[in-house]
Amino acid sequence: MKHLLSIADLSREEILQILETAVSMHEVQHRDVKKLPTLRGRTIINFFFEDSTRTRSSFELAGKWLSADTINLTGKGTSVSKGESLRDTVKTIDAMGVDMMIIRHMASGAPAQIAQWTKCSIVNAGDGMHEHPSQALLDAYTMRQRLGDLEGMHVALVGDLTHSRVFRSNVLCLAKLGARVTLVGPPTLMPAGIGPWAQAEDITISHDLDAVLPTVDAVMMLRVQRERMSGGFFPTAREYAVTYGLTNERLSLLPDHAVICHPGPMNRGLEISGDAADAAQSLVLDQVSAGVAVRMSILYHLLSGEGSAA
Amino acid sequence: MSADRPTNTSPLLITGADLAGAGTGDLLVVDGRIAGAGPDAADQVPEGAQRYDADGLVALPGLVDVHTHLREPGREDAETIETGSRAAAAGGYTAVLAMANTTPVTDTAESAERIWDLGQRAGYVDVHPVGAVSKQLAGEELAELGLMARSRARVRVFSDDGKCVHDARLMRRALEYVRAFDGVISQHSQDPSLAGATACCHEGELSGRLGLPGWPGVAEESIVARDVMLARHTGSRVHVAHVSTAGSVEVLRWAKAQGIDVTAEVTPHHLLLTTDLLTSYDTVFKVNPPLRPQEDVEALRAALADGTIDIVATDHAPHVRQDKEHAFIDAAFGMLGLETALSVVSTVMVAEGRMSWADVARTMSTDPARIARLTDQGQGLTVGAPANLTLVDPDRKVVVDAARSKSLSRNNPWHGRELTGGIHLTMLRGRVTAREGLVWGAGA
Repeated sequence: MKHLLSIADLSREEILQILETAVSMHEVQHRDVKKLPTLRGRTIINFFFEDSTRTRSSFELAGKWLSADTINLTGKGTSVSKGESLRDTVKTIDAMGVDMMIIRHMASGAPAQIAQWTKCSIVNAGDGMHEHPSQALLDAYTMRQRLGDLEGMHVALVGDLTHSRVFRSNVLCLAKLGARVTLVGPPTLMPAGIGPWAQAEDITISHDLDAVLPTVDAVMMLRVQRERMSGGFFPTAREYAVTYGLTNERLSLLPDHAVICHPGPMNRGLEISGDAADAAQSLVLDQVSAGVAVRMSILYHLLSGEGSAA
Repeated sequence: MSADRPTNTSPLLITGADLAGAGTGDLLVVDGRIAGAGPDAADQVPEGAQRYDADGLVALPGLVDVHTHLREPGREDAETIETGSRAAAAGGYTAVLAMANTTPVTDTAESAERIWDLGQRAGYVDVHPVGAVSKQLAGEELAELGLMARSRARVRVFSDDGKCVHDARLMRRALEYVRAFDGVISQHSQDPSLAGATACCHEGELSGRLGLPGWPGVAEESIVARDVMLARHTGSRVHVAHVSTAGSVEVLRWAKAQGIDVTAEVTPHHLLLTTDLLTSYDTVFKVNPPLRPQEDVEALRAALADGTIDIVATDHAPHVRQDKEHAFIDAAFGMLGLETALSVVSTVMVAEGRMSWADVARTMSTDPARIARLTDQGQGLTVGAPANLTLVDPDRKVVVDAARSKSLSRNNPWHGRELTGGIHLTMLRGRVTAREGLVWGAGA
């Protein structure tokens, strides 16, 4: 395993390996001295072409706690507007002899293209509307902490699916772990071609959140960007919240054991109510905490190969 | 090595070729014109005539491409009129139409004449400028269509290609206006509200999975439907550029049955390449309109064979390497096509039995010339016609090598593919412009 570009590239066994290593990494996170020598002398560039707070700091901490040298680079705007091709930009950094680039880019597919152009390891930290594999892995980790093995579990992904890379990685990851997936949202926010896609992978589609909630083991609320309203995807925030939001009223529809996930940042009052976000069933902060451990595990598996870490 | 620029205009007898599917015969070329064709041509051979053995080859009237981008003026680093002309000659063409989306835009008589003159100076093919429909391709006011028509360049085809004339009122006025000089509007059918500037992947399961902005077929079909109704209303002639979907074919079939004056083109790439090539985000396959699924490809092949789609046009779109080396949504649209078009059509349509060589002559020479109102191109292999012709080796296996292109650019989606059928020789008004991949003056 050299790159992490898409969950599709990982086998079920590789996913489980990453999640298991993350357990020991998670213990490190709670020590006073959070430092393992594992990646000493290795250099990791966090190359973020798009703004990010939690993903970038999470990857940066993961690298530092494994003793790698990490540098953050930001590149706003498209390479077209700067007059340098993306290929030239990343080859320049690659030529300095780094071991890994962690790429966040607003364009779908950019990390996969960069992996073709460079020699170092590439981690996709979110590319456009395509994928966010480390997020799906940390989501799986967090759900497994509460629910155990996800085989046969029912997970609903709710909200803006069409623009969501979190959804695309999760749908792949959950399938590999044996979970049953239902997608809920207005037809305008379902991805193109979802019909044949859902059929091929046995995914259920629903526009009725009330009917789905009592049957789930986990519900993942996806962020709805307010600018989607001007795109005509739905009429008003109010209508969206009433129809597809995890409101206080809907909390009672969830089975007692079911958990609530949200990749953040949350729009309280739109896709998730304040009470739902803060409920005992909510894993929102656990997700953030697991994020560092899972990313430590990813870096470990990509850069140091097999064996025990902690 | 390079072929010498031929100055020899002595009579030439081409023997034993299949004359555009009409059976084996000879062609006598004298003073740049066809002086004899068929079994009797050899009877009239003048003293001192040279002979050219074309046994096993197919003779076609010189190919005509109504849709190329030659990038001059403005992006001479990607292609010039001269290099694009060489690529055209190597691909069997004797005339090409150069789209107006250059910098500056071809929207005046002066800019149109300049392109015509540069094409004549290069001398490989006749380069006919396409005039812009709207000033600066802005889609707001008509460009000087009449002055371009009256110019030395005798512009008859007008297009904002790259952009759709989406304003219905402007499209209506343009259709009406060009009737005065028998012009035609070639429409890039893309409703910008359904497929905006970032739309770059056929909207369907794959675009959903890849997270690429979708370009739905209906964005093309709704404009095609509107335009055929405008053509019916105005009684004018409309041409649909690069048809890419089965739905557009249905609309065209209906419109033709009504007697509406509509013609349409399909590109070689839409006849063979499919959307699944985008899976690896390889920008060489980024083109507008996008590659479609196999069912659309099948519909386009059937439509070309049955005449619903009239002609093949390349949409040859050279780009320098760095303009393709961006993230997929940021990379330039377009792919090379002039040198491979005949081979692709031969492979997909002729070798697989969908069309005859007579159909190839019709769809790649005669009808393109008729649509563009070119008077001395696409005349067929008839006595008295200018000796614009292409000799094709129908059985040759061609493995496309992007590095050997005559184009300045290398965005070649066919690289490494084996195709059946290749250009043996191209002749413009009796002069050989290309032979066996060598273009005179251009090197190997």
